Amino acid sequence: MVMADTTKPAVSAKSLTINGETAQSSAATLSELLVELGYGDSKVATAVNGDFVAAAARNTCGLENDDRIEIVAPRQGG
Amino acid sequence: MSLLDRADDFQSGLITMNMVERKITSEQDLIFYGKQLGSRLLLGTAQYPSPAILGAAVEESQCEIVTVSLRREAARGGAGQRFFELIQSWNVNVLPNTAGCRTPKEAITTAQMARELFGTSWIKLEVIANDDTLQPDLFGLVEAAGELSRQGFDVFPYTTEDLGAAERLLAAGCEVLMPWGAPIGTGRGLANPYGLQTMRNYFPDTPLVVDAGIGAPSHASQCMEMGYDAVMINTAVAKAGDPVLMAHAFASAIEAGRQAYVSGLMEQRDMAEPSTPVAGTPFFDLDKNA
Repeated sequence: MVMADTTKPAVSAKSLTINGETAQSSAATLSELLVELGYGDSKVATAVNGDFVAAAARNTCGLENDDRIEIVAPRQGG
Repeated sequence: MSLLDRADDFQSGLITMNMVERKITSEQDLIFYGKQLGSRLLLGTAQYPSPAILGAAVEESQCEIVTVSLRREAARGGAGQRFFELIQSWNVNVLPNTAGCRTPKEAITTAQMARELFGTSWIKLEVIANDDTLQPDLFGLVEAAGELSRQGFDVFPYTTEDLGAAERLLAAGCEVLMPWGAPIGTGRGLANPYGLQTMRNYFPDTPLVVDAGIGAPSHASQCMEMGYDAVMINTAVAKAGDPVLMAHAFASAIEAGRQAYVSGLMEQRDMAEPSTPVAGTPFFDLDKNA
């Protein structure tokens, strides 16, 4: 996870682990990745490499090769 | 007032009613992190046959706190949104958990995600030490509780009856403790009632909630009779043949146990002692029974 330089276009596809599964994406930021995957306005929370990324920070959360991303939502629990 | 008058009053229910009124008036309120609560039942939301039955059980239990979790969400799934709308319809306090977390770091990140999603600083902190027993990792628990407290969370730690760990958790900022009754999901009831009673006695002013292992309303009532402030239940209600009726049964048992504790239980005796007056027993001859 790095601070995104939004002045540069995304270059090549990165290998990411998204919710435990390997995936390829050229998304430059976490925000772009969520749009690319189709989460839209879903009620989700996110973490990258084990660190919480607040919704307001997704735009500036740049992604790097091998980043591990968690996308979670409310669920039943005990 | 003569003894005879008092006996008449007792039989007519006057003394009993007065006693109950006095006790309930003097009973301490249940307060978690400044939030006053009317119900002493915390209900888990997992494993119910359907969302409709879950909703009915929540309503029937009259609980004011439900526990929830976070899980990975598939794109375009929508399950999280639907569940969130369901719990919003209940008008209850939401207590998110960190179930399944095995390290302080996992638990802290999960708590941060939960705070954003559910809009509450309450977190039921679980740091699991062992997959077979699901017992708390007390060292990791204390570490995570301290960090989360510093970050402004109101931490409800799932712990054991260990007094040393409890003191560390309180020092870390916790204002409520949730010792286990038995391993999660076992329904075995209180595995160590002596230890739990000791914990209650040792921390008379700390809100204590028995969490996990409760299988029957009698177990919950036992907790309340011991002076515990509340009981957390999930599987015993969700997996009942009729979860809605069982939710009612637990609510009744918890209320009965609380009233029994406030009333003051009699002391146990080793030997029998007649409850019916001995004096005046017909056919009783002192000379022959001396």
